[in-house]
Amino acid sequence: MRVLMFGWEFPPHIAGGLGTACYGMTRGLAHNGVEVIFVMPRAFGDEDQSFVRVVNASDVETQFSSSEVHDEEFWKKMSFIQIDSNMVPYVSPEEFETYREASMKCGHKSWRESDVWKERYTFSGKYGANLMEEVARYAMVAAQVARDLEGQFDVIHAHDWLTYFAGIAAKRISGKPLVVHMHATEFDRSGENINTQTYAIERAGMEAADRVIAVSNLTRNIIITRYGIPAEKVVTVHNAVRFAETESPMPERGVKDKIVTFLGRITYQKGPDYFVEAAAKVLKRVPNVRFVMAGSGDMMNHIIRRVARLGIADRFHFTGFLRGEDVHRMFQLSDVYVMPSVSEPFGISPLEAMRSNVPVIISKQSGVAEVLDYAIKVDYWDVDALSDAIYGLVTYPALSKMFAEKGLHEVTGLKWDNAAAKIRDIYQQVIDEAAARK
Amino acid sequence: MKTICLYFQVHQPWRLKTYRFFNMGVDHNYLDDLSNRAILQKVARQCYLPMNALLLKLIKEQKGRFRCSFSLTGTVVEQFRAYAPEVLESFRELAETGCVEFLAETYSHSLASLASQEDFEEQVKLHTAMVRKEFGMKPTAFRNTELIYSDHIGEMVAQMGFKTILAEGAKHVLGWKSPNYVYANALNQKLHVLLRNYKLSDDIAFRFSNRSWAEWPLTAEKYAGWLADDEMAGEVINLFMDYETFGEHQKADTGIFDFMKALPQQVLATRKLEFATVSEASKKYQPVSVLHCPHEMSWADEERDVTAWLGNELQNEAFSKLYGLKEKVKALNNKDFNYVWNFLQTSDHFYYMATKWLSDGDVHSYFNPYGSSYEAFINYMNVLSDFEIEVDKAYKARQNRRRA
Repeated sequence: MRVLMFGWEFPPHIAGGLGTACYGMTRGLAHNGVEVIFVMPRAFGDEDQSFVRVVNASDVETQFSSSEVHDEEFWKKMSFIQIDSNMVPYVSPEEFETYREASMKCGHKSWRESDVWKERYTFSGKYGANLMEEVARYAMVAAQVARDLEGQFDVIHAHDWLTYFAGIAAKRISGKPLVVHMHATEFDRSGENINTQTYAIERAGMEAADRVIAVSNLTRNIIITRYGIPAEKVVTVHNAVRFAETESPMPERGVKDKIVTFLGRITYQKGPDYFVEAAAKVLKRVPNVRFVMAGSGDMMNHIIRRVARLGIADRFHFTGFLRGEDVHRMFQLSDVYVMPSVSEPFGISPLEAMRSNVPVIISKQSGVAEVLDYAIKVDYWDVDALSDAIYGLVTYPALSKMFAEKGLHEVTGLKWDNAAAKIRDIYQQVIDEAAARK
Repeated sequence: MKTICLYFQVHQPWRLKTYRFFNMGVDHNYLDDLSNRAILQKVARQCYLPMNALLLKLIKEQKGRFRCSFSLTGTVVEQFRAYAPEVLESFRELAETGCVEFLAETYSHSLASLASQEDFEEQVKLHTAMVRKEFGMKPTAFRNTELIYSDHIGEMVAQMGFKTILAEGAKHVLGWKSPNYVYANALNQKLHVLLRNYKLSDDIAFRFSNRSWAEWPLTAEKYAGWLADDEMAGEVINLFMDYETFGEHQKADTGIFDFMKALPQQVLATRKLEFATVSEASKKYQPVSVLHCPHEMSWADEERDVTAWLGNELQNEAFSKLYGLKEKVKALNNKDFNYVWNFLQTSDHFYYMATKWLSDGDVHSYFNPYGSSYEAFINYMNVLSDFEIEVDKAYKARQNRRRA
């Protein structure tokens, strides 16, 4: 079985959990005998390539402007959606479409574009201001990739809305079934104040897909109720966690106090403000605790000010964005890990903490709460319950010992190989269904 | 005959290195040795050494008619000792001419005057002892960090036995009055207050090389003409500025050294002007009036207040957490702890945390090694937290010893 997979990021160049999940998943799929062709914009050339073939989307020459292509036939299988874009000097697909329509109306059978835009065709490969344009351009390359790799894959798998257009385009070109993977919904990212463009793309992707994979039942419910996707089409596959085989030595512990850690993007979705308020409450009772907020994000400055105003800045520390070994080190130094997310489709970081023998407190509004028994679960808004749980874990050794030990056992059972097996079954189903239709 | 009172402020902070949470409890070396050394030696080369040599030459040429005043912070003197002893030597040579007065200030260029009388007095005592040791004189005039002044601060300074204090000739305090006279402190009228003429001072310190300034290029002759102008009333014209103006803020190629070289001669040639040190000027004139200044003012920014250092919650938090350690540090009275305690008080650390960028953002960012005020705050608090841990440890050990 061979899968053409569209992602946006892959370790080591990651901005969020999506890259980590994709890495674990592709490894798990490989163990289950599935070949993966992973497409992402701008491969940096130093990814671990032993389990996937990384196709650098920027390297894929688009032949859309080539006169050799039979335009009529090609455009039947391609369509572009107009997206607001402020990119003027580059000819974007939307503009391209506008020009094309205009020229068709004028009676031109086929409108030829020079090679200029082919040469200018590069991805920034990062989340940026021109994201919508990137998404649309990515779809164009996807079509090209699907064409180049004709006969080399049986199913298409697209991760998160960024790649959904790419998935749709590849499906239309190749006729292969499409699976889309919802790692997060727009409601998780933005609350009720959603970006309607993003919502529309997510919905279009899921409607065009043969199957939708949700990372938790929480996410599955949102998909069914808020996006109107038929329930039988949506399957939950919980994420797993991948651990390094070698145990790194315990870092030197400079501070004797108990350390309570928040690690993640400092954004609305992750509930950092509840962590701060709980910290202030705990510090009133127990002085020998330190709180660490590791990460960066648009709420960071706000949080720093709040910490200063609460007068706890000598007990509440910021590390900035951590990567690689520092993340691991932070977990090892922690006595309690807190994930107070307002809305978390899954949330892989508590699993990493548990792996380091750290008891965790997670919000009931997280997908990971569905798979964990040995974690304290609180409502994200319930600062009293949160501070109570922190207090308990730092004050009663028996409690934290129990959570640490049982938690480690529990988390060791969550393997990507098992999750990947479920995904493989889904592939098989959609392939069989597609064959039956023919 | 008007008196020209030239005063130069010499200061460098001990800059902190990037100190992460992971360093806490493990690494107690807080300073960025490389940049501290590099910056000090650069400024020594571009400013301190050539300017000291020039002043020495001018004093000798004018045979005592050219006089000026200095204050050096404890932190810059510590750095001279470590990285550029020849600079300290050249300051001593200036001191020996008898034409140069050294003023007292806070040892660390600190905001102790805003913390408490106790902290303030301790800082001033430390500095006075340093001046006595390095230059062999006992200061009688005082300048507070960044010219921070209020009636209350003046009163504390008078209690410490100083006769004169420097302050900013701020418009909101002076109103219609002129800065070019000696004033008296409102709470203790024995203390004379000399006010900085910010227009004439900034003509040299800020505008000298500004080509869009209508008066550019500024020549010594022109400037001496302004000082001597009979239209400008007054008895004493106070030109107070950072010493780094010469060769650092205004680079040598702007002609700043040539300007200074020619200035004494041009000034004296008017026959309407004379030079004096701060204490000489203060002694020569009677105060014309009492100066009321109930709130703190400074020489910084458009607002001339203390909001550049204590203007937001970050600065207030860092400030209160720092001085919260005072009792323990004092009780320990350990050489190493005192050393750190002193350089952590330096006002520059708080300046880096400022979030007011509207009016004077350029000046702020020029002096700021951090990407943002938040980074500055985090780094400072990490260092302070580690220092606190160490102080607590030592303090507990001391208590245990006493009990035993």
